[in-house]
Amino acid sequence: MSALLEVKNLRIELDTRAGVAPVIDDLSFELQAGETLSFVGESGCGKSMTALGIMGLLPEKIGRIASGSICFDGEDITKACDERLREIRGNDISMIFQEPMTSLNPVFTIGEQIAEVLRRHQKLGKKAAWQSSVELLDAVRIPDPKRRASSYPHQLSGGQRQRVMIAIALACKPRILIADEPTTALDVTIQAQIFDLLQDLREQTGSAIIMITHDMGVVAEIAERMIVMYAGRMVEQGQVDHVLNHPRHPYTKGLIECVPHLLATLTEERLELTEVAGIVPSLAEFGQDACLFASRCNKVDQQCLQARPVEQHFDNHQVSACWHADKV
Amino acid sequence: MAKDNLTDTLLDVANLTVRFPVKSGTPFAKKQWLKAVDDVSFIIKRGETLALVGESGSGKTTTALAVARLVDTHAGSVDLNGHDFLALAGEELRTARTRLQFIFQDPYSSLNPRLTAEDIVREPLESLNASDKSNHNKIIDDLFEAVGLRPEQKKLFPHQFSGGQRQRIGIARAMATQPELIICDEPVSALDVAVQAQILNLLRKIQKERNLTYLFISHDLGVVQHMCDRIAVMYMGKIVEYADRLSLFNNPQHPYTAALISAVPSVDRERRSKFTPILIPGDTPDAINPPPGCRFSSRCPVAKPVCSESEPPLTANTDDHFVACHLVTDFGESPITFMRLSH
Repeated sequence: MSALLEVKNLRIELDTRAGVAPVIDDLSFELQAGETLSFVGESGCGKSMTALGIMGLLPEKIGRIASGSICFDGEDITKACDERLREIRGNDISMIFQEPMTSLNPVFTIGEQIAEVLRRHQKLGKKAAWQSSVELLDAVRIPDPKRRASSYPHQLSGGQRQRVMIAIALACKPRILIADEPTTALDVTIQAQIFDLLQDLREQTGSAIIMITHDMGVVAEIAERMIVMYAGRMVEQGQVDHVLNHPRHPYTKGLIECVPHLLATLTEERLELTEVAGIVPSLAEFGQDACLFASRCNKVDQQCLQARPVEQHFDNHQVSACWHADKV
Repeated sequence: MAKDNLTDTLLDVANLTVRFPVKSGTPFAKKQWLKAVDDVSFIIKRGETLALVGESGSGKTTTALAVARLVDTHAGSVDLNGHDFLALAGEELRTARTRLQFIFQDPYSSLNPRLTAEDIVREPLESLNASDKSNHNKIIDDLFEAVGLRPEQKKLFPHQFSGGQRQRIGIARAMATQPELIICDEPVSALDVAVQAQILNLLRKIQKERNLTYLFISHDLGVVQHMCDRIAVMYMGKIVEYADRLSLFNNPQHPYTAALISAVPSVDRERRSKFTPILIPGDTPDAINPPPGCRFSSRCPVAKPVCSESEPPLTANTDDHFVACHLVTDFGESPITFMRLSH
């Protein structure tokens, strides 16, 4: 069975003042239909760039796909023309952004903004599109959808705005939904509502979800597979359970251990949090032939500084890009 | 609040109320007030950390700002080390401010971009401390070392630092006047997870070394669980539950606290299999017209008619565990307990 989305050796370059930086460096992964895949990492590690690359929304003129392919259902969308991309976007692949306030148009009602997608992609008439948008608002559990459809974004709460974003993204029943930190700006009880909603909608529509987050708890809660990114490179990939139980890359291990997690039963004991010293390297340092995590790693040796780690594959399909993966 | 160990109590806040005028559309309309903090009382013992938790708009930051006298208080009292902090004025207030300092949420906007790191830390020393100036350089050097910044970084400007380093400058500035109480307002929520750990460890280390007392504000229950000794949960300007760390997390009694804790995604598989998230519907109601009775009644999954008739007082059930809910029994049994176990 071929994958719904197949990314091969993707390299995305961004022009910076210091020169060209590879913000995504040799990334390969597959996404099966109906699956939830999570991208994790700190800010500046290339999670959002991957998403924008897939959507064909890289910043014009300064960002480009330098090499590699993104095959959606057998078609390489890196070679597709703008018109074909517009057909795919919003219809087959759609995206929810982090900040619902800035992603909605403040001068149109939310019903109008949902209807626009349906008119454009499904060629619905004005009335039918409006009717569908009311139904969609109901599906994302906005109370009193008929009246709410005529509201403007500023009249809604943050959680409701994100629901509208989800309604827009799901309007055409896309086969892939990319969610870029969809709940970072929201409170935890609202976050729980949104995740519950996404799970339900996934079951109804069968969409595959790419969830971008920095929260390991979120990954554990909703994803089946995960990819850990660091400085534009994939450092670890595998089933969520496997990776969380036994991370094979020091960075993944650090990301899991540096957060004070809520456990089933709390005890008096409070250990020091494990620190991952330092910060993510700047764009200028991306793309070196060395392990980019070496400066923050406690297992570093000569080999790490001299050559980029080769991906090591384990029996449980876990992949780690670390020279010492078997010792982690 | 109970005043049994008066000597141990550093901060005693009683019946604190903060309100803001609300602009109405029509002129000459009756003036409306939004009670951001409504009758809030708590104490913090010396050397301990109290967390104020709650969702955005629950009044946690306003409470802290009122304690630090950065917003005006409508009613209530704030006792710092046995002295009425709200009654101070002029020179007395200036001296008293050395004992209470603030660490802000956003390390990007809370540092003056035109001052060097050294001058930022020096500012409170010069404006608040009477001690003679010749000491200041020594104090600054010590502070830089304590927060893990290198001496040569003293001459750099804020934009030359990373977010975590900036927060270290903010911490050094807060410690400069040797305060007894530091208010930490979401000190790590603007930082990346790996950097969060560095700052949290630093805060705990300097607390131990200098016997500091923290009022810690956060919406992240994982962080709160790690940092705090006692926790006050706020909802729409009121404290709904107030208890020590183990009691609150292992036996949350208020339905809101239970829902809040259950909503935190966790990597612990045992926790995920044991508890189903309690979903509470809707959003926080309009703060200008809060629902009658218990403010949580409009979203509470177990609300009864009595809940919208009268407001439940914050009462002690067992072992200093305070909760404001009509449905919690005298033995501290939560009305929502049955929902927490999925099997």
